[in-house]
Amino acid sequence: MKSYDLLELAGRNLRESMLRNALTTAGISIGVASLVAMLSLGAGLQDLANRRLSKSGLFDTVYVTSLRDFRESDPDQRKQERKVDVSKARALDDAARKDLATIPGVLEVSPEVRFMGEVRYADATHAAFVAGLTQSAKENESFDGMKGRFFASATAPEAIVQLDFAKDLNEKDPNSVIGQELVLRYAERQSMAGSSSPGAVADDSNPNASLGGGGGFSVVRKEQPLKIVGIIEQEPFGGMRSISRARVFIPSQLVENLNMMQYSDMRGLTGDAAGEKTYLALVVRVASAGKVQQVQDAVKKLGYRTFSILDATKGLRRFFTVLDLFLGIFGSLALAVASLAIINTLVMAVLERRREIGIMKAIGASDGDVKTLFFAEAGAMGLLGGVFGVILGWGIGRAINFGTNLWLQRRDMPPETIWASPLWLIFAAIGFSIVVSLIAGLYPAARASKLDPVQALRYE
Amino acid sequence: MKDTPDFAIHAEHLSRYYTLGTAVIRSVDDVSLSVAPGEFVALLGASGSGKSTLLNLIAGLDRATAGSITVGGRNLAQMSSQELSHHRRLTVGMVFQSFNLIPSMTVFENVELPLRFAETERSSRQDVVRQALDRVELGQRISHRPTELSGGEQQRVSIARALINNPSILLADEPTGNLDSRTGGEIMNVIRRCNQDLKMTIVMVTHERSLAEKFAQRLVFMADGKVVTQSAAEPELAR
Ligand SMILES: Nc1ncnc2c1ncn2[C@@H]1O[C@H](COP(=O)(O)OP(=O)(O)OP(=O)(O)O)[C@@H](O)[C@H]1O
Ligand SMILES: [Mg+2]
Repeated sequence: MKSYDLLELAGRNLRESMLRNALTTAGISIGVASLVAMLSLGAGLQDLANRRLSKSGLFDTVYVTSLRDFRESDPDQRKQERKVDVSKARALDDAARKDLATIPGVLEVSPEVRFMGEVRYADATHAAFVAGLTQSAKENESFDGMKGRFFASATAPEAIVQLDFAKDLNEKDPNSVIGQELVLRYAERQSMAGSSSPGAVADDSNPNASLGGGGGFSVVRKEQPLKIVGIIEQEPFGGMRSISRARVFIPSQLVENLNMMQYSDMRGLTGDAAGEKTYLALVVRVASAGKVQQVQDAVKKLGYRTFSILDATKGLRRFFTVLDLFLGIFGSLALAVASLAIINTLVMAVLERRREIGIMKAIGASDGDVKTLFFAEAGAMGLLGGVFGVILGWGIGRAINFGTNLWLQRRDMPPETIWASPLWLIFAAIGFSIVVSLIAGLYPAARASKLDPVQALRYE
Repeated sequence: MKDTPDFAIHAEHLSRYYTLGTAVIRSVDDVSLSVAPGEFVALLGASGSGKSTLLNLIAGLDRATAGSITVGGRNLAQMSSQELSHHRRLTVGMVFQSFNLIPSMTVFENVELPLRFAETERSSRQDVVRQALDRVELGQRISHRPTELSGGEQQRVSIARALINNPSILLADEPTGNLDSRTGGEIMNVIRRCNQDLKMTIVMVTHERSLAEKFAQRLVFMADGKVVTQSAAEPELAR
């Protein structure tokens, strides 16, 4: 039979018992809709988690610390590291920084700058954690709704303050602090033979602390005026911190130029390599989240300790795989029920159309013609059910999304998309629906094709 | 047909048995019968004597239990089911007592249906179907449903359908069984024209001996699955 004849005959047969076939198709639609709904929810939640995590800036960041400092909290790693002679471990110095920058996939390496500082504003002194930010931090979600602007350059004497801190500075109108000046007080680390950095105002020409001996350094109290250029609500990359949340942010290059004394300098004093400048932690920004593991491995090989959110999200990704599987199984369940409806409908049709099948065979239809005709009917129901099911599932998704956002809005939370129906999912669902329908049509079609025409035509 | 075989239909020791539990029903029992091309044969016999079964064996709708049945020079026993459907499609046309039209289809669609199975191009179907319906004088009723037609008209549609693929053999199982004698006579005239104008071989099952004697060239009597007597008839041939 030619395919257009096949489709025409299948179409007219479907129209013939309109109600029954429509109900069966509706059953398939609901099955497909539930599958689409479940998988869309799974995909949507995963998207949401990925989006949240990657926008937090944590996904493409690797923290590097020296084995000399602190202790690994993970018991397995601690056992490993115990074998290392701490005093001989590589220091996190400028050489290390250069090495790290050459690892493929690394975008930039910057020291993690974070210290407790004193800030003067309008004749009042405030204590606050100060953090350095690289220019690339601009992409972070914390700046999405910021007031004012980001730093003009990596060395601009500018500051961005956190909203709560701005309120501390000016209760009534926190936004008015933008454009105002702020003075940061800090301790400068001066090598014994060195001179103070240009641009910094020396508060006191006498060193507060001075240590003799080869390669020692002195600490000088300094001040740096900063212009407030922006206000943000939350600390970028702050997701992993709870205690030392910074409230004042300054360009990281500027901080580096200030040559500020760091905790690691104190640590270095008592160690063997006294006086050598080392970093407490370096923040390595990776080109993409996918390269984090690779970069982490390379850093470990250089002899440093690493930490990334990847370590923390391994469990999360496993969770989503299992979630998708379960949602898929539950979604398919409804489709499985619908496939029974197809079998039922077509078996009924075979019984009802016994005589018609007999007639068709008597006037020259082959067993194959009869079989493909029933297949086409099953496939058509699958296609229609699939298309309507996708539309229905999409509608359900929109409704749930809408409802969720309404709920979020009532609680003053930003809207979220928890629903994603990627194109592949839509086509896969329709395809799956057709395949399931064809499988369901297997038995009725075989029954119809094996029908004995002599028996079928025997009695009226 | 290129090389016209000696027989249009040739059955040798043809049998069709049905087993019901331990009982064996010999619907067609050791039948040997030959029908010449262009011959008009009437099959007569009591109810249950095996007439329809024999007709179905010739049509390739049923398979023989034993013996051989050759139609148009080809042994149906050796054919695959695919080949048998081909045989039913192109070599034979069937007409039934109960018309067997598909009620959901129009007259046109019913007659067109065998063309679909024969994979005839859609473009050429229209004319073929109209011609076939004109031949049975139903050209005006193409969009009617079978239920809107009288019995005689329905039977004419079914004849048009049987002839649509130009078969060489027409098999009719009590074509007038459901019709009054006047309408039955009309149908018999249509069948006779198939025989005389189209040179088709006709095998017709009937209960009415008078009808058989009037139209057929040969009468074959069956009883209990066997052919009992054959007699040449004197049909009122070409007036
Ligand atoms: N599928 C079957 N199973 C068992 N017996 C059958 C079957 N088909 C036909 N028969 C038997 O075969 C015999 C011949 O049947 P058939 O229909 O050929 O008779 P017939 O001569 O056409 O009768 P009628 O004039 O009533 O149409 C009958 O006894 C019938 O019961
Ligand atoms: Mg019969």
